[in-house]
Amino acid sequence: MSIDENTAARVAKLARIKVEDNALPALAAEFNTILGFIEQLNEVDVEGVAPMTSVTPQRLKRRVDDVTDGGQQDKVLSNAPDAREGFFAVPKVVE
Amino acid sequence: MSDLNKLGLAEARDALRAGDTTSVDLTEACLGSIEAADALNAFVHHTPDIAMDQARAADARMGPDAPAMCGLPIGIKDLFCTRGVPSQAGSGILKGFKPEYESTITSQLFEAGAVMLGKLNMDEFAMGSSNETSVYGNAVNPWRRGNDDTALTPGGSSGGSASAVSADLCLAATGTDTGGSIRQPAAFTGITGIKPTYGRCSRWGVVAFASSLDQAGPMTKSVRDAAIMLEAMCGHDPKDSTSADLPVPNFEALLKGDVRGKKIGIPKEYRLDGMPEEIEALWAEGRQMLEEAGAEMVDISLPHTKYALPAYYVVAPAEASSNLARYDGARYGHRAKLDQGDGITEMYEKTRAEGFGDEVKRRVMIGTYVLSAGFYDAYYNRARKVRTLIKKDFEDVFAQGIDAILTPATPSAAFGLGEASDDPVQMYLNDIFTVTVNMAGLPGIAVPAGLDKQGLPLGLQLIGRPWEEGDLLNIAYGLESAVGFVAKPTKWW
Amino acid sequence: MLDLTYDTPKPKVIAGAKHDWELVIGMEVHAQVSSNAKLFSGASTQFGAEPNSNVAFVDAAMPGMLPVINEYCVEQAVRTGLGLNAQIHLYSAFDRKNYFYPDLPQGYQISQLYHPIVGEGEILVEMGPGLARKVRVERIHLEQDAGKSIHDMDPAMSFVDLNRTGVALMEIVSRPDIRGPEEAAAYITKLRQILRYLGTCDGNMQNGNLRADVNVSICLPGAYERYQETQDFSHLGTRCEIKNMNSMRFIQQAIDVEARRQIAIVEGGGRVDQETRLYDPDKGETRSMRSKEEAHDYRYFPCPDLLPLEIEQAWIDDIAANLPELPDAKKVRFMDDFGLTDYDASVLTADTADAAFFEEVAGQSGDGKLAANWVINELFGRLKKEDHDISENPVSPSQLADIIKLIKSGDISGKIAKDLFEIVYTEGGDPARIVEARSMKQVTDTGAIEAAVDEIIAANPAQVEKAKNNPKLAGWFVGQVMKATGGKANPKAVNEIVTQKLSA
Repeated sequence: MSIDENTAARVAKLARIKVEDNALPALAAEFNTILGFIEQLNEVDVEGVAPMTSVTPQRLKRRVDDVTDGGQQDKVLSNAPDAREGFFAVPKVVE
Repeated sequence: MSDLNKLGLAEARDALRAGDTTSVDLTEACLGSIEAADALNAFVHHTPDIAMDQARAADARMGPDAPAMCGLPIGIKDLFCTRGVPSQAGSGILKGFKPEYESTITSQLFEAGAVMLGKLNMDEFAMGSSNETSVYGNAVNPWRRGNDDTALTPGGSSGGSASAVSADLCLAATGTDTGGSIRQPAAFTGITGIKPTYGRCSRWGVVAFASSLDQAGPMTKSVRDAAIMLEAMCGHDPKDSTSADLPVPNFEALLKGDVRGKKIGIPKEYRLDGMPEEIEALWAEGRQMLEEAGAEMVDISLPHTKYALPAYYVVAPAEASSNLARYDGARYGHRAKLDQGDGITEMYEKTRAEGFGDEVKRRVMIGTYVLSAGFYDAYYNRARKVRTLIKKDFEDVFAQGIDAILTPATPSAAFGLGEASDDPVQMYLNDIFTVTVNMAGLPGIAVPAGLDKQGLPLGLQLIGRPWEEGDLLNIAYGLESAVGFVAKPTKWW
Repeated sequence: MLDLTYDTPKPKVIAGAKHDWELVIGMEVHAQVSSNAKLFSGASTQFGAEPNSNVAFVDAAMPGMLPVINEYCVEQAVRTGLGLNAQIHLYSAFDRKNYFYPDLPQGYQISQLYHPIVGEGEILVEMGPGLARKVRVERIHLEQDAGKSIHDMDPAMSFVDLNRTGVALMEIVSRPDIRGPEEAAAYITKLRQILRYLGTCDGNMQNGNLRADVNVSICLPGAYERYQETQDFSHLGTRCEIKNMNSMRFIQQAIDVEARRQIAIVEGGGRVDQETRLYDPDKGETRSMRSKEEAHDYRYFPCPDLLPLEIEQAWIDDIAANLPELPDAKKVRFMDDFGLTDYDASVLTADTADAAFFEEVAGQSGDGKLAANWVINELFGRLKKEDHDISENPVSPSQLADIIKLIKSGDISGKIAKDLFEIVYTEGGDPARIVEARSMKQVTDTGAIEAAVDEIIAANPAQVEKAKNNPKLAGWFVGQVMKATGGKANPKAVNEIVTQKLSA
């Protein structure tokens, strides 16, 4: 499977990472190198093998339905690049 | 006492308890050595005030019953969130981020009286094997090739931790290991590093790289120190759903050094084409030493070893692509300066393009690709199946009665900075012996085992049964005693 | 017990320019789980708090934060599944749905794509007495709600509040078994009713605690039946999904408008594109959310921070054993026990609080039918006048039962009872004492009535003459007597005495 520049651009877009057009060929080439390495997996017979769900199986931990957290607006916002009136402010979202 | 910073945890603890020294003295010695070690670029955020406060508190608490880590100055990898202290995971995207919370592991260490000297350099988001992807610039290995002054990598991703411990800037350090990030740098710098069983150490408050693989562990000057510090780091955490609800043994008490009757596997698949002869020889020596100490050496096969690294390079980037989606410029860290008319999408794309380094971007995009529509089964699901097979390989040999597995820790000694960073796949091969352990969730320890011709340290790796860190440490202790590794880097910094 | 059998309602047919068209509708309902804390954090789910105050660090997706599941939310999903006669999966798992949006701090929503907790179930949607549609539920899964972006506080910026982020939702996915706008509304109504009975969702649509994505397609008559026989979707038209509807009225409007749009396209020789659309109630049209379509490739994969969710059959059995009586069963029981009509039983079981109130009144008064009349006509009518619901009802079950008992004993007339009810409603008090204190008791004393009749007859000789020739005029005398006694005379007794005296 070979990745072309269009695919590289699509992946960059999906990952929300700006990549300049002139950097796409190199990026596509890198992807191909790495994917070429990954392709080895096709040699493995995985017929009937269950995909791993957890590497050290155990019962999923549960919490009880108590309010134990929150009430810390200041701390939630303290690292925000732009916080106003108790909200995170981000550039306008157009629906 | 002089050169207090050169002590290990056990010696320092004993001295503190005996009243031969104080935590303040130890801490000052370390802070002094850190100040003189800018050339190593190991500590990237210094916290002398916190350290001195903690040291004084530890001295006040000191006594025969003080916890094992009480008063011991250590370094903390930048991947751990520490309250009010910059915690950037070596990334520009977390520039200025000061968490309002303390990771479970650092909380436990501080509760046990440990002293934090500062935050340690690392590859960005723990993605790298040479510390060269760090936003802080690379850490430097205190070891050199004889009289050659070529700067060498301390390995990665816990390169700052390795460099700092090896250069005696601190008594020990925390590390994290997703594909070998504790064991490879430990091997490159002549120190000990253990990655425990997945689930032993809480991941809460540790910046995530690949959630199903990440485990924290100690990087120390000896196996005994590793046992002491691991015990303080381990334990069930209700805030981490993957943390194991199991009792934590007194690991140090299990160090008998007696390996008689232990069955140690030697996996044939770890003998690589083109592997340096010195690595091969080191492995053979390790085998011989354990045999002489009374262990039974068994040739074993782990047939899917070869596929661990390619499977890892599907699973880890896939998880990372999702784990790193939160770095978007909205709530913390870096936000790109926007142009007129830029909307939310531009904020995301520019912030992430500026804030992430090349290797992180590469892995995030590879992860995005392997999870994208139409490729999920071909890549991600296949890799998860291969992972099942890799784990089964280990289960099979353990079922045959194997207690631990001996392998080289790395395929080479530390290499020069800039020598290997061009080809990503070449760099990935650094993890070839260590990554299987993460894929199978097992404990693994790197122990310094000798020097190569150029005088650089080499390490051997022991892989244990799940949850049997105690037994693994004991075998490692036996190996350490047999090897008698005492070399230290010559100070040049 | 009564065994109710139902006929299948006719699908809605829309006449196009060329053909008649039928509608095929499937719904994805997002119901907020009633719980104190969020699905994966200990922050409160309370509505209307200060922005970003019900937020744990995990909700804000701070680095290194991890989810731990709220077991009660799982229990609520199981309860909901049981209430819909659905299969409960002992093994389910959480997946990450990846996309970027400011109200989604993690950059992914934790959901259950591959292994939902609840499988196939069904909902009986009644469209009238004896008429009902069985709508199959395909699955219910648990997932995190998103936060809220506010776009109108600043011209250049959107403001983000994460209070809602991470609140547990159940996504209840139906099969495309709904056949018209009215059925769609009835489906939501029924689902909401069941959820409220179960206590698993408060059903508050205004606050967005219950909202629906509606999938609409059109087909020619006959095609749907072929789909039902084969379960082969190719018999059906291409569907469009109308997102995020939280009003019954708009849901119906949107379906109608969307169906007509599709009909116009197909009859014009075009092809309907499968896409996500938004209903604009002001313009009365749906429009494409193309922006959403293009970028989305959700890259689902199992959430590595969570292990698979395995639950025990004994736990499910325990939840099942403590399930409340559900609307269908309650309705049948009301018809059976109290002799109510289908309609009355439906009205009284619409809401669990209504039903409970009625049952109290029926029990205490010993007359279910009368109780039903009074609850439905007088009480509900009165509450509606003030836009109140049963939770704001000032009349206690025993007060209403006492009024009914007073009617049954003949102490008060039906008319007086209405006055009495109004007094109890507005002023409160013990009905029997009010009747006593305000002399509202019915006069059955024939002597008193006779005296009153005599008085009226004596005062109106001309009318008496006319009445002798025309017995129908007796009614006028009855009216006068009732007036004179302030409505308290027993009408039956007045009638008899008037008739007797006039014919004397």
